[in-house]
Amino acid sequence: MTDLAQSPVRSDIRLSWIGRLRGLLPDLAPSTVIGSAVLLFWVACAIAGAQFVPFDPCAEDFLSMMTAPDAVHWFGTDQLGRDVLSRIVVGSRDILLVAPLATLAGVTTGSVIGLVLGTFGGLVDAVGARLLDAVMSLPFIVLVTMALVAIGPSNLTVILVIGLAYAPLVARTVRTAAREQRERDYISAARLAGEGRLAIMFLEILPNVRETILIELITRLGYAFFSIATLSFLGLGIQPPSADWGLAIADGYGFLTAGKWWVVVFNSAAIISLVMATNLIAQGIGAFENSDK
Amino acid sequence: MTASMAIVRPLAARAGALLLTLWLVSALVFLAGQVLPGDVGRVMLGPFADAQAVAELNRKLGTDQPILQQYWHWFSRAIAGDFGDSLSMRAPVAPFVLSSIKNSAALAGIVLLFLVPIGIGAGVVAGLRSGSLADRLIVLTGVSLSIVPDFVSGLLLLMVFGLWLAWFPISGAAPDGAGFWTSSYHLILPALPLVLNLIGYVARMTRAGVIEARGADYTRTAILKGLSPSQVLFKHVLRNALVPTVAVIATQSGFLLGGLVVIEALFGIQGLGNLVLSAAKARDFPMLEAGVLVMAAIFVSTAAIGDLLQALLDPRQRRRNAP
Repeated sequence: MTDLAQSPVRSDIRLSWIGRLRGLLPDLAPSTVIGSAVLLFWVACAIAGAQFVPFDPCAEDFLSMMTAPDAVHWFGTDQLGRDVLSRIVVGSRDILLVAPLATLAGVTTGSVIGLVLGTFGGLVDAVGARLLDAVMSLPFIVLVTMALVAIGPSNLTVILVIGLAYAPLVARTVRTAAREQRERDYISAARLAGEGRLAIMFLEILPNVRETILIELITRLGYAFFSIATLSFLGLGIQPPSADWGLAIADGYGFLTAGKWWVVVFNSAAIISLVMATNLIAQGIGAFENSDK
Repeated sequence: MTASMAIVRPLAARAGALLLTLWLVSALVFLAGQVLPGDVGRVMLGPFADAQAVAELNRKLGTDQPILQQYWHWFSRAIAGDFGDSLSMRAPVAPFVLSSIKNSAALAGIVLLFLVPIGIGAGVVAGLRSGSLADRLIVLTGVSLSIVPDFVSGLLLLMVFGLWLAWFPISGAAPDGAGFWTSSYHLILPALPLVLNLIGYVARMTRAGVIEARGADYTRTAILKGLSPSQVLFKHVLRNALVPTVAVIATQSGFLLGGLVVIEALFGIQGLGNLVLSAAKARDFPMLEAGVLVMAAIFVSTAAIGDLLQALLDPRQRRRNAP
């Protein structure tokens, strides 16, 4: 799927005025631009949305519970009479805080582990790789469920647990990339020049696996949105009284059979737009080229 | 002799690694269980039971022993196939686990029934016309579907096909005594979100295999010696592309297990995912440990079988593994 990725030489070849104009902007793929716009919209909602929403997202109104969308409540109201539109705008806050922090924690930890295993090799690598295998032989969601039930769900524990669960996945990828670099001549040169192992690891290998880590960062962010929404839906992630989308869907789910669809549909649309935006950005920077899940 | 050794040696090493992994998993889960807040007796009897009864129950269950002793106690019996009694059901764990494996396997079967033909078909189309609009659409749709959370796609499918159109029942569990077809019919709607979730992966793997086979020397030879396009396609490209692809899919099919947790909860199926989730929520430790171990065993053995299949089908890899 190289064809979907932006070719780096394109803007150099085209020298029309459009090409020159585009040369002034960073060379971004259209999918990156659209994805970033949607992501920025949600970030803006998370930061300042509370000032612009038509209703207080926590105001309960027992006279208009589960009312269908109309001119007053564009997206209807939920089981406590709260305005669904206002809650969706404000509900972006927790997931947009938790998912990037969890991703950052996981990718940082995983990169360090991967670098150490890949650079040192030998016994360290053999034992480390076996431990990573053991952790990864559990489905991600099972691992996270167990941990969250054990220590109790909260924003902080979700960040830590998702971060720790991502670390082995990232470590495996970074380890492979680091091992590849280790065989190169410049590493032997550095070794002969008397550089220590830590210096080789951080000063020589790390800059050369930068791209691998960046791609891990953006694809893992997409899956973090996925996982955190799922955990909230299961009651193991973000906790009430947050207006979180996954939580709202869990609450509205029981009303579907009564034909009251709006809570589930609009919150689902919010989740889908967020994961799609991340996906578009990832597509733009050429992730997924030979990734497996 | 050397040929058989070449297969047996990596196989034995693989089996050893597999058992080691499972043992590590059991220790990990056991440790996680120990972190659970509150003691087991207190959780079972509730906050108002008197301290003496709690201590008595803990003594009876063995949960007042030191952790290593508890682990050894559990481990020595688990080896013999006895996974202990469920704390919440007050009955042996094994029958619950067995029936949940059966229910999950039925769901997984339906998923694969849709996933493999559609995914491979889409991958072949994309691979044969790589770079075309159809290819881009298939790849983009596949990746997009794979990142929509399965509970979201599950709910949307449930609304459209279960409630509005009413084509399928909204419960994944068929009424008691239902026949094979009725039970399968109930599982179609729960299977669809998992199919959608994984289809992009299967298509991408197939596509890569087809593109590789198309560019291979044997394909060029086949074209140059004047075979018709369909002969080249079926005898050379597809035959060479699909065999390793199927093995790769087998290697990764453990991913299905993760999806079971949410889908089974959503559609009320008493499967392995639901068992693990409810055991975790109820802090039913023996049940949790057994369920998670079974999941890990399925996960690592499908990967091993996939690798083995790959090695058997591809002589080059067999030689590479040989010492």
